[in-house]
Amino acid sequence: MTASPSLTARGAPAARPERRFGWAWLGVVPFLVFAVAFLVLPTSYLLINSFVDKAGSPTLGNYAHLTEPNLASAYAASIEISLVTAIVGGIFGFLLAYAVIAGGLPSFLRSALTTFCGVASNFAGVPLALAFTFTLGASGILTPFIKAAGLSLNIYSKTSLELAYLYFQFPLMVLIIAPAIDGLKRDWREAAESLGASSFEYWRHIALPILTPSLLGTMILLFGNAFGAQATAYQLSGGTINIVTIAISRQIQGDVANDPGVGYALAIGMVIIMAISIVAYTLLQRRSERWLR
Amino acid sequence: MSGPAIGVRGAGAPLETITAPSKPRFRAGSIVWWIVFIIGFLYFFLPLLGTFAFSMRSQPLFSAYAVVVDDSQFAASLFYSFVVGIITIIVSIALIVPTAYWVRLRLPRLRPYIEFITLLPFVIPPIILVFGLLRSYSGGPLPLAGSDTGTDVLLVAAYVVLSFPYMYRAVDTGLRAIDVRSLTEASQSLGAGWFTIIVRVIFPNLRVALLSGAFLTLAIVVGEFTIASFLGRPAFGPYISLLGGNKAYEPAAVSLISFGLTWIAMGIIAVIGRGSRGRVQLAGAH
Repeated sequence: MTASPSLTARGAPAARPERRFGWAWLGVVPFLVFAVAFLVLPTSYLLINSFVDKAGSPTLGNYAHLTEPNLASAYAASIEISLVTAIVGGIFGFLLAYAVIAGGLPSFLRSALTTFCGVASNFAGVPLALAFTFTLGASGILTPFIKAAGLSLNIYSKTSLELAYLYFQFPLMVLIIAPAIDGLKRDWREAAESLGASSFEYWRHIALPILTPSLLGTMILLFGNAFGAQATAYQLSGGTINIVTIAISRQIQGDVANDPGVGYALAIGMVIIMAISIVAYTLLQRRSERWLR
Repeated sequence: MSGPAIGVRGAGAPLETITAPSKPRFRAGSIVWWIVFIIGFLYFFLPLLGTFAFSMRSQPLFSAYAVVVDDSQFAASLFYSFVVGIITIIVSIALIVPTAYWVRLRLPRLRPYIEFITLLPFVIPPIILVFGLLRSYSGGPLPLAGSDTGTDVLLVAAYVVLSFPYMYRAVDTGLRAIDVRSLTEASQSLGAGWFTIIVRVIFPNLRVALLSGAFLTLAIVVGEFTIASFLGRPAFGPYISLLGGNKAYEPAAVSLISFGLTWIAMGIIAVIGRGSRGRVQLAGAH
């Protein structure tokens, strides 16, 4: 109880006593209760029960099951799809962002692309999968042309899924990397050129080293983005493709739930991979802020 | 030979003519960039065109759209998702704004922890969230998953959680731009209570952030599939999925309508947020 008027920085008396420790934390209780009830508790349930066997005693056996061929290959496929779409989406998204920002294209294309990317990065899931089915599926609009070109594309394959994922991966890359490209100062290029650097040398020694943490960091974010995706894969493959999110879906539905503990381990394994990628992203983002902005 | 004249002109020239224009010059490399852009354009455009062309295969023209619009389930599921989206927005704002405000005013040391919690949905994707919710609330002291109303509660709760990352970031950034302490003290000196301060002083100052967050939430919630389908709710996402399995041309029409709805939401965000560039819209409902 500091009833005596304390001097604040501005010299005005504080409207209420400032230091009332012990009660101020009550203000965040509603948020914390909600977060615990609907985020922490459900995840903890999965975590705790992933260490419990069918008989109810503690075990590590559920995690040992993850090495079974079926589940291991689900992880492998998820990681492969996420890596491919993160790298391809990352590189092409960067090129696309660079094209409209610094490639000499008319400037209205930039705002058009930004708006479109906002839409496309959120256009995912069922409608996206359907759009690809109607375009590249068995009776898709483009399928005759692909066949005429001597190619074939199975809509249930990993490649199709990767093509579909790229539809939300590119735009996300464009949105996140654009500020980093904006951060490349013209002075740096001019300084390099005045010292006799070629365009290649400028990229090799200045622009790329500065952009690398952002590029890598954003690609890791894209990795996580693809890794956690379920709806697109479910709709495109009819739930047949063997990736982690679909394997978890089967566990939720209880089709193969002779051992629920394995499902929990499967889920926690996924959370661990997501956590690693987000931590890596945060570290790289912090590093890139040294130069940009 | 007229050297001195140039010198004189140069010295007196206004500054703008000396510093280069900020736009990059038209470089030889721009053809490459055009090609990159056109590839990107085709990739984005072809699936939309394909979907449109597919929807036009039903005779007569546009009949797929007419069938969809006449389908009572279409309207019902869209309405359901819309209402869920609105409730989600209200709950999310009611939770996030007072918390972010209070943390900034009184508990700055808690800020990293609150921020950490709001970022957790990036680590816990929807499929894991719904898995945990179903198992936690199927029995025990609070069997929400057992009733329709209870499942609606779980659905809204899950969507509120999904909205945490961008809602909190938008609100926190908005609060940084205003002098929270002075506004609070000024309001208090005029006799305002906490409720009045938050609703009549803080909210109006966060209008842009809150509206962008609201429409982003709406865009995500209205098409969301994973959580809604596992909770067995009659939402728009599961409806499209079901339609995709049963019908030929109608799903194409609905997909395009859904794309249009996302486009409207994003267009509104772009109009609202004009002037505040660089806000990354990141969501997790793929």
